[in-house]
Amino acid sequence: MTANASTTAALQIEDLRKTFGKTPIIRGISMNVRTGERVGIIGPNGAGKSTLFNLISGRIEPTSGQVLLNGQNVVGKKPFEINRMGLSRSFQITNIFPKLSVFENLRCGVLWSLGYKYTFLKFLMDLDDANDRAQALMESIQLDKKRDTLAINLTYAEQRTLEIGITIAGGAQVILLDEPTAGMSKLETRHFIKLIRQVTEGKTLLTVEHDMDVVFGLADKIAVVVYGELLAFDTPDAVRANARVQEAYLGAPVVAGQAQEH
Amino acid sequence: MPFLTRFFLRFETHRAGAYMVHPMDLGRWIIWGSYALILLLAPLVFTSSLSQTLLSQMGIAIIVCLSYNMLLGQGGMLSFGHAVYSGMGAFLAMHTLNLVSDGWSLPVSLVPLAGGVASAAVAVLLGWVTTKKAATPFAMITLGVGELVWAMALMFPEFFGGEGGISGNRVAGSKPFGITYGPQIELYYLIALYTFVCTGLMYAFTRTPLGRMLNAVRDNPERVAFVGYNPQVVRYIAFVIAAFFAGISGGLAALNFEIVTSEVVSGYRSGAYLLFTFLGGATFFFGPILGGVLMVLAFVLLSEFTKAWLLYLGLIFLFMVMYAPGGVAALLMMNVRLAAFGYLRRLWTSYLALLTTALVALVGAAAMVEMVYHLQLNTAMGPELTFMGAALNAHGTSSWFGAVYVTVTGVALFELCRREFVRQWGEANEDIEKEINRRETA
Repeated sequence: MTANASTTAALQIEDLRKTFGKTPIIRGISMNVRTGERVGIIGPNGAGKSTLFNLISGRIEPTSGQVLLNGQNVVGKKPFEINRMGLSRSFQITNIFPKLSVFENLRCGVLWSLGYKYTFLKFLMDLDDANDRAQALMESIQLDKKRDTLAINLTYAEQRTLEIGITIAGGAQVILLDEPTAGMSKLETRHFIKLIRQVTEGKTLLTVEHDMDVVFGLADKIAVVVYGELLAFDTPDAVRANARVQEAYLGAPVVAGQAQEH
Repeated sequence: MPFLTRFFLRFETHRAGAYMVHPMDLGRWIIWGSYALILLLAPLVFTSSLSQTLLSQMGIAIIVCLSYNMLLGQGGMLSFGHAVYSGMGAFLAMHTLNLVSDGWSLPVSLVPLAGGVASAAVAVLLGWVTTKKAATPFAMITLGVGELVWAMALMFPEFFGGEGGISGNRVAGSKPFGITYGPQIELYYLIALYTFVCTGLMYAFTRTPLGRMLNAVRDNPERVAFVGYNPQVVRYIAFVIAAFFAGISGGLAALNFEIVTSEVVSGYRSGAYLLFTFLGGATFFFGPILGGVLMVLAFVLLSEFTKAWLLYLGLIFLFMVMYAPGGVAALLMMNVRLAAFGYLRRLWTSYLALLTTALVALVGAAAMVEMVYHLQLNTAMGPELTFMGAALNAHGTSSWFGAVYVTVTGVALFELCRREFVRQWGEANEDIEKEINRRETA
């Protein structure tokens, strides 16, 4: 690893391993994601894509290996510590604040990054920067008409959008999106991907995605994860041409069937 | 009622999350102004010494139920040990009061505050362990801590006073403006002041970053961790703040009763806080205020009225949990919403019918309950008893048959009325939805 590489890498993963009981789920993944790069992660069901995200974001701890965020080790850190270091993630199963309004959901995502921490000596309505940012964000994800609707009363597609909104609210520069379009229709997906592209402009983005058209359209680089290993990590064209990938994944019915991982 | 209608048009979109209702400034002034007025004028309207006692206890109960709802309603923390904090506040306030009697120069009016600070200090220690977990483990730990403190109360008579408790005299220290707190009415106004200020502060808390993150932790603690907050710290700080207010309530209770026994830290007391906060309504900020009032009415009046009061209370609780989990506050707000749109008059006949039939059923059921209690507790006085002016014979078939007959008739009629009511209720609410949609598109 040269000094130059470590300064430009937003995310460095080195020989990451995770074993549940005796079953290895992640079997030594190493990859460097440069700042501003958009990476699509593909792989069959149970390949370990979500586990990889869980390891990076601190939801679970790896058995061994290293994850460096902007050169700093994050292994062993709590999710909120990693978030404060500039990494934010979304979830495959919608993970929002159901009994808070859309605006409140987004504002909750904004508060820490603006330094309000655990204060109870200031009124929310006086926090102009937080309110403005939440408002702007709400407009950019096109949920401003639902400002005061409780998240639980939104449609599924709106909830998925809010999920992304909360993820980017804190202004993190490294964003992990775990199957953002899971459960959406083709049409919704197309619209949604455009939105994701807009709101994550200029950020380092890692996306797990099942829809091949979406992945190849959205990503600068594709990572193929099969059985907990990184089969390929290259440009979309190179990955498409890769014989091993074709054999292991692209030719398989998983692509045609668009199977959902749960 | 244009104001109310506009209020509910905004309210509509919030529904379950009523913490975030933003009434207009005028509405806010009206609400808080009336609250202050009620606290101020209540003892002038209800002048008997019993009502002064009741009102004083209501203020105390309101503060403690509101503080409990910080945990339950706002933080999703089901505590079975909140009496630890109100109780410790009471004990520490009582010790403070006795120090004042011994010559400490602290005004008696600040003794409840001492209780609050002391209670918060206890929560700083015990709360760290308690709030490490959420949900069921949290509930278990509060139960454990509650038992621990309860056992300690009996083990350290030097501090807790053993079975007799510790007592004090609130007429102590300096007497500014001639206020001695000797007469109950003077103490009532101290309690009323604390109640108003504490209610205001606890409401203010719900509009702060921490207050909102507490709601977020209630809804989804995991996601909170992914937006930079440590959910455990959020719970912990809220827990300490809730303990502070509970301690103030305990301190006021110490001044009110001038005696504190170990019963105040008991699980029984904690259960009462949970029960009445829930009955009042945990999903609305003002729910616990109603809960506090109900608590005092039940404990002081209902218990005078009948020996079976705990049974009745249990039944009410059961009924509310099953059919009205939002408590009295939610029932009230649903009807206020109806009234705001002018649909309440459609329903009033139904309400009257429901009320009458429910009363019939209740009278029948209560007659049976009273007869059973009479047989169990008052056998020495013979099988005869008077119930609502009627002479019953707990051994006589006619009394039992009559009671069963009244109950069955009442229940059957109630069920008929209920079906009609449900239909009308549904219609009215559908009309309101339509009305709202119409206005929103207009």
